[in-house]
Amino acid sequence: MNKRAITAYQKKGKFSRWAMSAVVLLILVVLPFFNHNEYHLEVLVSAGIFAILVLGLNVMTGYCGLLNLGQAAFFASGAYTYALLNVKLGLSFWVSLPACVISSAALGLLFGSCVLRLKGDYLALVTLGFGEIIRITLNNMDSLTGGPNGLTVSHPLIGFADKSFDFGIKSMPYYYLTLLAIIVIVIITNRLASSRFGRAWVAIKEDEVAAACMGINTGKLKLLAFCVGSAIAGFAGWLFAGKQGFVSPDSFDFITSIMLVAMLVLGGIGSIAGSIVGAVALTLLPEILRPLQEYRMFLFGAVMMVMMLFRPQGILGGVRILEEFRPENERVRQEEDEVLGEGLKQ
Amino acid sequence: MNPFETFIQQLINGLTIGMIYALIALGYTMVYGIIQLINFAHGEIFITGAFFALAVFGLFPHTPQFNSVLALVLAFGAAMAGCGFLGVVIERIAYRPLRKAPRLACLITAIGVSFILQNVLMLIWGPVDKSFPAFFKHSALTFGSLRVTFMQGFIIITSLVMMIALRFFVTRTMLGKALRAASADMTAARLMGINVDKVISICFLIGSALGGAGGVMYGMYYNTISFHDGYLVGIKAFTAAVLGGIGNVPGAMLGGIALGMLEGLGAGYLSSAWKNVFAFLILVILLLCWPSGILRKSRNE
Repeated sequence: MNKRAITAYQKKGKFSRWAMSAVVLLILVVLPFFNHNEYHLEVLVSAGIFAILVLGLNVMTGYCGLLNLGQAAFFASGAYTYALLNVKLGLSFWVSLPACVISSAALGLLFGSCVLRLKGDYLALVTLGFGEIIRITLNNMDSLTGGPNGLTVSHPLIGFADKSFDFGIKSMPYYYLTLLAIIVIVIITNRLASSRFGRAWVAIKEDEVAAACMGINTGKLKLLAFCVGSAIAGFAGWLFAGKQGFVSPDSFDFITSIMLVAMLVLGGIGSIAGSIVGAVALTLLPEILRPLQEYRMFLFGAVMMVMMLFRPQGILGGVRILEEFRPENERVRQEEDEVLGEGLKQ
Repeated sequence: MNPFETFIQQLINGLTIGMIYALIALGYTMVYGIIQLINFAHGEIFITGAFFALAVFGLFPHTPQFNSVLALVLAFGAAMAGCGFLGVVIERIAYRPLRKAPRLACLITAIGVSFILQNVLMLIWGPVDKSFPAFFKHSALTFGSLRVTFMQGFIIITSLVMMIALRFFVTRTMLGKALRAASADMTAARLMGINVDKVISICFLIGSALGGAGGVMYGMYYNTISFHDGYLVGIKAFTAAVLGGIGNVPGAMLGGIALGMLEGLGAGYLSSAWKNVFAFLILVILLLCWPSGILRKSRNE
């Protein structure tokens, strides 16, 4: 394929993707006008918050290949930063946003700078241990965090001069706020993916040594991916705390982290649309399976297992990812090498 | 009780739970050593062993002094056979088709299997904690003010016997030799005529059976079991395996004992609310500073 053909192909893909996104967005914007069911909106809002978390995880795991089994810790750090600022200092929801994002990013930076020399399974285990340490610490520091009883925080409030609008406990305002938040995060991660950083991350994921040979500062870039992912998780935590009006360590346990990874892998690792689809699917699935009562988590595990057997690249995984997940990926690598060899000869 | 005696008592308590960790850690380390998979479902296999034993105890009449030795032998037999079989089946259905797939796919499958097992346990035995019959609870050997219950002695001696038997199997038998060969280099082992799939199955069989035995001991020691106990103990046992150097059989035994003692001392002298933090802190610090563990296994990366 020559360069012009590639560009044309990319443009065509871009157009259909834009059209698709616009249609989906339109449906999502008008949805609450047709469906007033509070429970449905509530589930969609939590799916949205999970989608943001998975988008953050996608930057670490999908782009850069850093498997993080402790994403809930960064989620918790964002949520607790807002809760503490609100309870101890009386700061409002909107004012706390920068602090929440920065605190999570700083935690990511601190932790990442210690552990990112580890690879693969070892990194996954350290992040798992880190997530649990954070949760148990929040649980045990009763005087500051209220321990297992958690903290009650105020809902967001928008004030214009003397009139003000309280978000309250209805799901509708949060639905639009979450939708807006997802759009912002999608734009950021999409731009990041096609930036210099994004391409470097993918290079590191594919082959770290080769990436380093190409002059990529792998250590710094891995740390950057980790920070961006944790900052996005902090953002989701801020939103979550404002929406719930309550934070407790139970929301940030190991199962949450595991679910996030499952959402990412099931949706299609490395894909933005896949991250969102995975988050929505795995949030809706237990709700849909609710009539099956206690069998639902069993079926849930079975879906994960069967999915990995028959569609390891996830619901929206691309061809490239599909090939990587295939047992015969040696063949792909060989073909690539041949193409590269042809290129070098010319 | 003087401070020295307290210290020794904490060490003995730690040693008992450490032996249980060591038995479970063996399952992790054997599987990791051969196919480089963190078998997340192993924690669930371990607690399934305790439930199998509970089922066996249910068959005996509830008299205060029932024939406990026979019940105990049958319970261990059922737990080890049941878990061994379960391990082999899981490997066959879930992991074998993914033998050449990337790690992430296997890891997700392992998590899925662990969800399934946990919920099957919940469906069969219910979500509430189950109480485990007490064995030789009140008889103990006392040395001054030190107290070693018969049960602690039983756990320590039984696990030692199992570990020695495993050591003998791995170092002295033909099959053990095949196992070591396959874990050193799977391709070369296959070229030498070793049936690697069979070796992997045996690895799962032995690891899961030891895990099941650990489950019975866990139930005996704590007297209550619950379907979600598997995860936390599983993670700790994995920490023990890493502590000893993952993929290394004697290392897992030493690692389990060391972790149990550290945890016992930490819980005894500092605070038991932070007990689980110690295990995770040890895991994090260890992986960072000393990833090859106590008994390092030379391996060319």
